[in-house]
Amino acid sequence: MPEKLNNTNLEKAKAAANKNASIGKDIELSKYVIDSAEKPKNIDPSALPAEDKEIMLSTGVMLDDPTQRSGTFIQMGNTPVHYSQKQDGIEVMAVSKAKEKYDWFGDYWWNAVSVDTDKYTAHVELNNADGYFIRALPGAKTVFPVQACLYLNKIGAVQDVHNIIIAEEGSELHIITGCTTSLHNEPGLHLGVSEFYIKKGAKVTFTMIHNWTPAMGVRPRTGIIIEDNGLLLNNYVIMKPVESLQQNPTANCIGENATARFNSILIAPPGSNMDIGSRVLLNGKGARTEMISRTITTGGNIIARGYIEGNAPDVKGHLECRGLILGDAGSIHAIPELKGNLAGIDLSHEAAVGKIAEEEVEYLMARGLTRDEATSTIVRGFLNVDIEGLPPLLNAELKKAIADSEEDMF
Amino acid sequence: MDSERVDKEILLDIKDLVVSVDNKEILHNVSLSIPAGETQVIFGPNGGGKTTLLMTIMGFPRYKVVSGKILFKGTDITDMPVDERARLGIGIMFQRPPVVRGVKTRDMVAACLKKENGEELIAELAGKANMSDFLSRDINHGFSGGEIKRSELLQLSAQSPNLVLLDEPESGVDLENISLIGSLINSLLGKVHPIRERTNSGLVITHTGHILNYINARTGYVMFEGKIICEGEPLDMLNTIKEKGYRECYKCLRN
Ligand SMILES: Nc1ncnc2c1ncn2[C@@H]1O[C@H](COP(=O)(O)OP(=O)(O)OP(=O)(O)O)[C@@H](O)[C@H]1O
Ligand SMILES: [Mg+2]
Repeated sequence: MPEKLNNTNLEKAKAAANKNASIGKDIELSKYVIDSAEKPKNIDPSALPAEDKEIMLSTGVMLDDPTQRSGTFIQMGNTPVHYSQKQDGIEVMAVSKAKEKYDWFGDYWWNAVSVDTDKYTAHVELNNADGYFIRALPGAKTVFPVQACLYLNKIGAVQDVHNIIIAEEGSELHIITGCTTSLHNEPGLHLGVSEFYIKKGAKVTFTMIHNWTPAMGVRPRTGIIIEDNGLLLNNYVIMKPVESLQQNPTANCIGENATARFNSILIAPPGSNMDIGSRVLLNGKGARTEMISRTITTGGNIIARGYIEGNAPDVKGHLECRGLILGDAGSIHAIPELKGNLAGIDLSHEAAVGKIAEEEVEYLMARGLTRDEATSTIVRGFLNVDIEGLPPLLNAELKKAIADSEEDMF
Repeated sequence: MDSERVDKEILLDIKDLVVSVDNKEILHNVSLSIPAGETQVIFGPNGGGKTTLLMTIMGFPRYKVVSGKILFKGTDITDMPVDERARLGIGIMFQRPPVVRGVKTRDMVAACLKKENGEELIAELAGKANMSDFLSRDINHGFSGGEIKRSELLQLSAQSPNLVLLDEPESGVDLENISLIGSLINSLLGKVHPIRERTNSGLVITHTGHILNYINARTGYVMFEGKIICEGEPLDMLNTIKEKGYRECYKCLRN
């Protein structure tokens, strides 16, 4: 990467080192230690301790039998400890490696996300964060998804991650990412920058499962650039407690007919505070988006945002946000926003927040289900979002992850 | 013992039932009993309390029993929750069931069936109700009036209750569908135990009486202003009502 560009990013990061984020509770970065311990690289993932593997598995990352995966990446703390690829045309490596390998790398570095967005992006730059680089070459299609795990395993530490995903023209890339930790009730902080570049006619499905613990702070920063006829299918699931999580990924549909779909399933147990949204800028003619979120609180607090902006002719966007309040405590604050900047666009939203309709419970009870059975059937239905375009294998894994977590919910 | 034998023969026994909804008394001293295997019919003008009676028998919490008793299979179910009544063998056809998003018709039928690996049976029952294409749709979502009726009867056929409560099952159903619905109801009320020759019972609300062409009902009632004011042979009653209106029934003295 050109020295000059590097320096500019560094300068900008330094300037933004104390810049508060526009939304979300402020997290004091100095309270966390930087995990700079040397870790072994190129480990055999199946040789990891069983406890670690089990935690990773809960986020869809399978290390014992990776036959169903096109590639694997694991980062522990700040160190990529393993990366491998199994299919021609699919590249999986550490970004530090890609930086050495490709002279064009700088075109993709802090281009979909600004380095001076806030102090969290600045921290990631200032600590020279590593992360995954996943790329599908032109026309390449993943047979199985690539899996990536970001794992935080040092008490009181901050994990800095910077990922790059590139789907070259006409390619198809399926990715499962699990972000999780071995910590129990100890504090930790995850800062993750992800930049997506979806080229003409490329398709990316990105399924991310977050599985945090009650004292974790989490600040992902994601930007996605979608060119002509490109498609992003983003699925996000979080069902375990987290002290403070704020993210608002932005998809910029710059190309004609570029499409971004976001599906989010958020469950906030007591003690959880989540501020989670998605933003889509429809800047290309005929660009489209659909955002669906299902949120449940069993005692935690959720802010569910959605923002669609239409800036080009014939764009279409719909936002659907439904929240269920189970139990006596907890809150859901749905903030759907639409902004149209010219005629001939079609943006709409629907939002609903409430408790389970007693009428529905009674309907099921009249068929012989107990109140608890009726409730869990309705909740399961509520979470049963049919995700259009998701490959069956991924769909099955997503459903399984949701079903596993449902068991803990009641 | 004699009393035990009698208890077993009377499937549903309602004694002096007083029911209020939102603190307003709707049913006043209603009594009726349905022997096992018999189907009875309720007529009566709008607002007479027919639906209230069915909802109270099913046990929906909005309908408060002020006094009186409901016995089912000899058990006092007056204070029993709706799900326990369902499991004891009472089933109801909803007039306006709610949409439950994400819960498929198949899930509902499976829940009614209460049986593992019932896929084949579900497919068979759905076929009979002409509902095969609806199994993977969200329950009641965008269903037409007639489709709701078929879906309700499909669920009831999986649930197979001993007492079936039907509130105007033929209303809004076209001529072709009415024979399908009639035969579904007939099979719901039909023999379930080939050895003991025992059949199920029904309590059916009807205004038009069309459904009487498909079921074999021996007793009819007229409900008016929260009371049963008349009891008799259903077809006779229907003819009287058609000719002379409910006025004639007001004169009829029950008991
Ligand atoms: N929540 C309520 N508060 C007051 N009155 C009510 C309430 N719910 C029902 N009622 C009244 O109870 C009476 C009986 O109603 P019900 O629905 O049982 O009549 P119905 O015989 O089924 O009539 P229809 O033939 O029109 O279906 C009506 O006068 C109705 O207005
Ligand atoms: Mg009625």
